[in-house]
Amino acid sequence: MAIVSREASFQLTVKEVSVSFGGIKAIQDVSLGVRPGQIYSIIGPNGAGKTTLFNCISGIYHADHGSILFDGVELIGMKPHKITQLGIGRAFQNIELFKGMTVLDNLMSARSFHMSYGLLRAAFYLGSCMAQEAQNRDLVEDVIEFLDLQHVRKTPVMSLSYGMQKRVELARALAMEPKILLVDEPVSGMNLEEREDMARYLIDINEEKGVTVVLIEHDMGLVMDLSETVTVLNFGMKIAEGTPGEISENPEVIKAYLGEVHT
Amino acid sequence: MGRKFKTSYQQDSALFQNLWVKSWLAIAIVVLCVLPFVLKPYELSIMNGIGIAVIGALGLNLLTGYTGQISLCHGALVGIGAYSTALLSANLGLHFLVSLPLSGLMAAALGLIVGVPSLRLKGLYLALGTLAFGFIFEYVILHWNLTQGEMGLAVPRIQFASFVVETERHFYFLILITAALATLAAKNIARSKIGRCFVAICDRDIAAEAMGISLTKYKIMAFGISAFYAGLAGCLLAHYQQWIVPGNFDLMLSISYIAMIIMGGLGTVLGSILGAGLITLIPHGIVYLTDAFKDVWPGLSGLIVSFKLGVFGLVIVGTLLFEPRGLFGIYQRIKVYWKTWPFKY
Repeated sequence: MAIVSREASFQLTVKEVSVSFGGIKAIQDVSLGVRPGQIYSIIGPNGAGKTTLFNCISGIYHADHGSILFDGVELIGMKPHKITQLGIGRAFQNIELFKGMTVLDNLMSARSFHMSYGLLRAAFYLGSCMAQEAQNRDLVEDVIEFLDLQHVRKTPVMSLSYGMQKRVELARALAMEPKILLVDEPVSGMNLEEREDMARYLIDINEEKGVTVVLIEHDMGLVMDLSETVTVLNFGMKIAEGTPGEISENPEVIKAYLGEVHT
Repeated sequence: MGRKFKTSYQQDSALFQNLWVKSWLAIAIVVLCVLPFVLKPYELSIMNGIGIAVIGALGLNLLTGYTGQISLCHGALVGIGAYSTALLSANLGLHFLVSLPLSGLMAAALGLIVGVPSLRLKGLYLALGTLAFGFIFEYVILHWNLTQGEMGLAVPRIQFASFVVETERHFYFLILITAALATLAAKNIARSKIGRCFVAICDRDIAAEAMGISLTKYKIMAFGISAFYAGLAGCLLAHYQQWIVPGNFDLMLSISYIAMIIMGGLGTVLGSILGAGLITLIPHGIVYLTDAFKDVWPGLSGLIVSFKLGVFGLVIVGTLLFEPRGLFGIYQRIKVYWKTWPFKY
């Protein structure tokens, strides 16, 4: 009984999900649960299946079996854009911004599913089209302010620095007003200052906006400082879950990261 | 005192941002309205050709330039517009104002069907798929009794009450108004959420999907809009030529539309207009040049046909090599140059 109520309190539940590509089993029977308002981290060595798991949640890959529930809705078999519209935002690891567009347009494009006007209104830019554009622009401006992007608002993303592009990537995911945000390696390849900024933004997103954050990250310092719960994957299998303190002392995890001690 | 600051989001996304742009637009409108009274009928016919090409090129640019979906059947869709209006106005006696949108919608309906393979195919494979549609269209037009095959169809004149549109000048204004509306609509679509979704799909389709953009919906929509524009261009072309044959709408037409948007600038509205102008002018320019050298080199006019294709190809290769962003790129560079003149940066 206790277990049932525990499960019910999860916002995102991954239950025994497996994915394989040909003969390679990328993920095997991984289960985890994310509670609303958490910062939840997934760590693991390269090729452990972290990003694959994200791709399963956002519908880009199809899980072979298992189930992924978001607020009680089964995500497996759903189209990616439908999943996003439920409130699952995604910031990609390798920057996947719309290169030709300005920062502003990138963020606005993440709001398209919040706008309901049709083609005819758009062609004449009248009525609800104009109103909704302005209204959504206002919300996008909030995100721009939140992540300090004011000065690059009208700059094409191509011409921004790597660290800045990562921030725009996060901003675009945030502009969707997600309930839960999947962030894939937000600080990889960044310098110390940029990392600190990014950590601050993630905390702000979590605390001020009340967005649940699921984080994949290799930077252990960041993971241990930010997250409430950490899950460790290795070769597609979950080897540990717990608070940062528990994880850093877990012998399985140490083995996965540092190798076995030969005596 | 003029307003120095934008105080609303509407102002920031306005089409005509400042007095400078507005005054140039006003000058352009005046020039375009005065032109038919200055130009000779031959020159005016070139302008009409450009106007029709602009409408078609805008459509293709929304599809290929913005959404990144290549289409080799744009010419066939123009043909569908042309044959639709020919059949509708000759057989059913529909008025031009009814048959114009109807031929657009007819082309759009078939364009939607062409769009379905785009959900699965990309790049070269999509090009081949659309190419096949073009050939099917040609086959049907040649063999269907209704369309009279090689003989072609006569297209009735356009009539508004007792006023008959027959001279070049009448057509000029008709085409100008349609092209202006088409441009305005394209510009609006481009700056709305639909335009952003198109560009998002072009730039990174997986990310677009992860941003909640339905690929199915917007790809199909892009094909539909593009075909609608093609249909409008075809309808005007049919009434303007008064006689249409299948040869008008072969692969060459599709390719010249692609040339227009590449040379004008992919993904820009202004580029479509510039490109349409250039591609339509090239053959006339060659004729003009060979005419000028008639006395010096009489044999030249005999070479004109092979000359035409050669120059056409040369200009395209040159554009791709030296200015891949097309005429729009050149325009932007000139703009930047004059903004900072006489300083280099």
